[in-house]
Amino acid sequence: MAKEDYEVVIGLEVHAELSTKTKIFCSCPTTFGAEPNTQVCPVCMAMPGALPVLNETVVEYAIKAGLATNCEIAGNCKNDRKNYFYPDLPKSYQISQFDKPLCEHGYVEIAVEEEQKKKIGITRIHIEEDAGKLNHNEFGGGSLVDLNRAGVPLIEIVSEPDMRSSKEAEAYLRKIKSILEYIEVSDCKMEEGSLRADVNVSVRRKGMQEYGTRTEMKNMNSFRSIIRAIEYEAERQIEVLEKGGTIEQETLRWDDVSGKTFSMRDKEDAQDYRYFPDPDLVAIRLSKEYIEKIQNNLPELPESRRVRYMQEFGLSKKDSNLLTASKYLSNLFEEAQSICHNAKAVANWLLSDVSRILNEKEIEADKIPFTAEHLAKMIMLIDKGTISSAIGKKVLEELFENPKDPEEIIKEKGWIQISDEGAIKEVVNRILEANPQSIADFKAGKDRALGFLVGQAMKETKGKANPQMLNKMFLEELNK
Amino acid sequence: MDITTLTVHELQEKLESKEITICQITKAYVERIEQKEKEVQAFVTTLCKEAQERAKQIEEKVENGQITSKFAGIPIGIKDNICTKGVKTTCSSKMLENFVAPYDATVVEKLKEENLISLGKLNMDEFAMGGSTEYSAFHVTRNPWNLSKVPGGSSGGSAAAVAANLVPWALGSDTGGSIRQPASFCGVVGLKPTYGLVSRYGLVAFASSLDQIGPITKDVEDAALLLNIITGHDEKDTTSENREKVDYTNCLKKEVKNLKIGIPKEFFGEGMNEQVKEKLQQAMQTYREMGAEVEEFSLDIANYSLATYYIIACAEASSNLGRYDGIRYGYRTKNFTNLKDLYRNSRSEAFGPEVKRRIILGTYVLSSGYYDAYYKKAQQVRTLVKKEFEKAFEKYDILLTPTSPSVAFEIGTKSNNPLEMYLADICTVSVNIAGLPGISIPCGVDSEGMPVGMQLIGPRFGEEVILNAAYAYEQKIKFREQYQAEFKGGVC
Repeated sequence: MAKEDYEVVIGLEVHAELSTKTKIFCSCPTTFGAEPNTQVCPVCMAMPGALPVLNETVVEYAIKAGLATNCEIAGNCKNDRKNYFYPDLPKSYQISQFDKPLCEHGYVEIAVEEEQKKKIGITRIHIEEDAGKLNHNEFGGGSLVDLNRAGVPLIEIVSEPDMRSSKEAEAYLRKIKSILEYIEVSDCKMEEGSLRADVNVSVRRKGMQEYGTRTEMKNMNSFRSIIRAIEYEAERQIEVLEKGGTIEQETLRWDDVSGKTFSMRDKEDAQDYRYFPDPDLVAIRLSKEYIEKIQNNLPELPESRRVRYMQEFGLSKKDSNLLTASKYLSNLFEEAQSICHNAKAVANWLLSDVSRILNEKEIEADKIPFTAEHLAKMIMLIDKGTISSAIGKKVLEELFENPKDPEEIIKEKGWIQISDEGAIKEVVNRILEANPQSIADFKAGKDRALGFLVGQAMKETKGKANPQMLNKMFLEELNK
Repeated sequence: MDITTLTVHELQEKLESKEITICQITKAYVERIEQKEKEVQAFVTTLCKEAQERAKQIEEKVENGQITSKFAGIPIGIKDNICTKGVKTTCSSKMLENFVAPYDATVVEKLKEENLISLGKLNMDEFAMGGSTEYSAFHVTRNPWNLSKVPGGSSGGSAAAVAANLVPWALGSDTGGSIRQPASFCGVVGLKPTYGLVSRYGLVAFASSLDQIGPITKDVEDAALLLNIITGHDEKDTTSENREKVDYTNCLKKEVKNLKIGIPKEFFGEGMNEQVKEKLQQAMQTYREMGAEVEEFSLDIANYSLATYYIIACAEASSNLGRYDGIRYGYRTKNFTNLKDLYRNSRSEAFGPEVKRRIILGTYVLSSGYYDAYYKKAQQVRTLVKKEFEKAFEKYDILLTPTSPSVAFEIGTKSNNPLEMYLADICTVSVNIAGLPGISIPCGVDSEGMPVGMQLIGPRFGEEVILNAAYAYEQKIKFREQYQAEFKGGVC
């Protein structure tokens, strides 16, 4: 059978660190990147006798995430202990939620192809604590434990196995990231590990009802490696099946350098976490009013922004979708348009040139170095005729390299548009003299000739001539 | 006058009337410890020098009015599973032999606020697992009434120290009887408060849903005084209840007329020592004479308490003791080449046999495939136990039972028979399972002169009722005036 006869089935477990000021069970700060073991206390170091106290903001943030992904919120739930030994886990158990998660039965909508919406089910969202970090061989051999991250609050968002391609998985993850950013519960910095995913992949023959045996790749923290890993793993599984083999349920390690998955030789059945309710923490009871209050204060979500962009600014559905996919981009758009009052131009710049440069640089929108004001000012300079849009593109490149006031940039670089009638006339005459054939072509009815002449004039002035004036003057001269 | 024979409220009176000074009190205890500790071996760590220095400072501050606490300068002993900043907290385990906590338990903070003086940390069964203090990794503590007998446990050091007048009072902890049973064996008063009345922050966890810190004292009034100091809601312990503060001495009225006392007959069943039974019957008679109504009834579920207790306690312990892994603090084996060996050898070398037994038992009952049959079932029974007690308290104000089916036994006779040792907890564990308050007070001695303990059980947060009933009885029979620990078999 061919590869096309198989269907890949993907489920994601997304871990997002919540951006609360303090840890989930103590009052230590959660700031990233501090000196090892400086953000610790008896509780998160698991000193004998220390007890956890649940941070209420963690519950609030998790409920926000649940509501934003259409989940039901449990009025009554609890914390459970997940027992296992590892040096980064100081209590030798992780406080998590086992059989009664805070949020259940939700979904998000993704669109891989325009107009083709698909619902991806959310099985559950639960709260838990992060573990510490091991530093291997950093200080002359051996491993050292840094417990700054121990007790940083996490939510785990478990999807249904509803995705059928790496593209869908990517779209789902982007959607989750975007929602968490919109509701401001996580900064979702994948490179800092504040958003990471365990990816479950299986394959089955098309038309089959039952799922194939899945493998799991843990702690993936970039879109690129997730896509590559899914594609590699699906192909590997198909190959194994095609050769008459069977897939083993196991945890795999994705190696980004070789582009392969490796078995971690850690049979899943061997691990028995001995979950039981944490007797140190009282049950979590939430009133309807409390949940409603959170619901009513939920920030505007991408869906509603998208609709607003179409109605308020007359943007196309596609553009509205693209702009709202990232909260950062969307905020940049809104701020810039409020300054320059040219929503379409802001949208065009963001979705064409800015997106192109982001792609080239392989960075996410939140890494855009310039401000909304910079972008708005540049658009206003074009609208006023101070610069051409061709110069605008150059200004934008410059804004990525050395962000500052666009007016200063064009002054420094001498990019101010020539709008002086005498100067433009001089250029027009010079170009006409040099291109008699074009004049003949125009008179013979070939309108393209005008475009060629304007282009020549722009070239001559290094893009600084006002294109509207050029057009007008060439026409005047040619029609004489 | 021997200062060390006085109760705390007597010491307070004598301080008030300037008959004695703070420094004299501390000095008397230090001398007593120097004289008697080698026979009893109640301490893991003594703080004689520090205590005397502290006494001097406090005395000065009291004199110039900087300190007004009525407890200023009163010495105390602390069970060695309660964290004390800067002083070792060993849990009588090789695992924490050199462990110094970086913080004070909430109850220790409260003692410091009142300017009490710690005389040291008291011996116990390792991690509070045991009923004889023979499972201490360091040494066996002896019963001051007869040095060849155990003091009970796990708070055996605390009870023995109070009985031997090495401290005027002490803190213990009680998970299944660890305050009440040694108090009973040593002829002193031991109170396990309602679960949630005293903060557990800083108490090294054995079984989190059962553990409670409580007083071990010479008499009931002292128990009420120490309870006054240590109770109160603690933000650091979410299982501690937020209740209005009560002065527990206000309820001590010597009056039990019409008090309804229930006698659950299941607590007088098989294995009960005849002399213990007899003393208890005399106590019932005393209550009747004082005008209380005493009535036998059946508390069926009590028969299932022991099994339920050992499942829940061991399950929680197996998880609570996971943190002793040789990574951050505590004992680390020298014998390892990989992570698994580091864990395995550190834990194998530093935990004693009883702790290992309970970790294994607890791991087993929580493991997948057995969880429903053991842990889940035990939690269901626990709910039934609570309900049955609630039902009993609709009818009775308090329940009266023996604290232990026997008096203190000979050292070495049970430590190799864990099941027999577990059976000795039969009268006390259901109180922990139900989260109720229980007090043990002496009600006589057997033919060998060993004290017999009586347990009074109250409804949740019914400390005042049991304290009053215990006080009335104590004032009537005046046990302390008749009997004192005699250090039988000692060198003197």
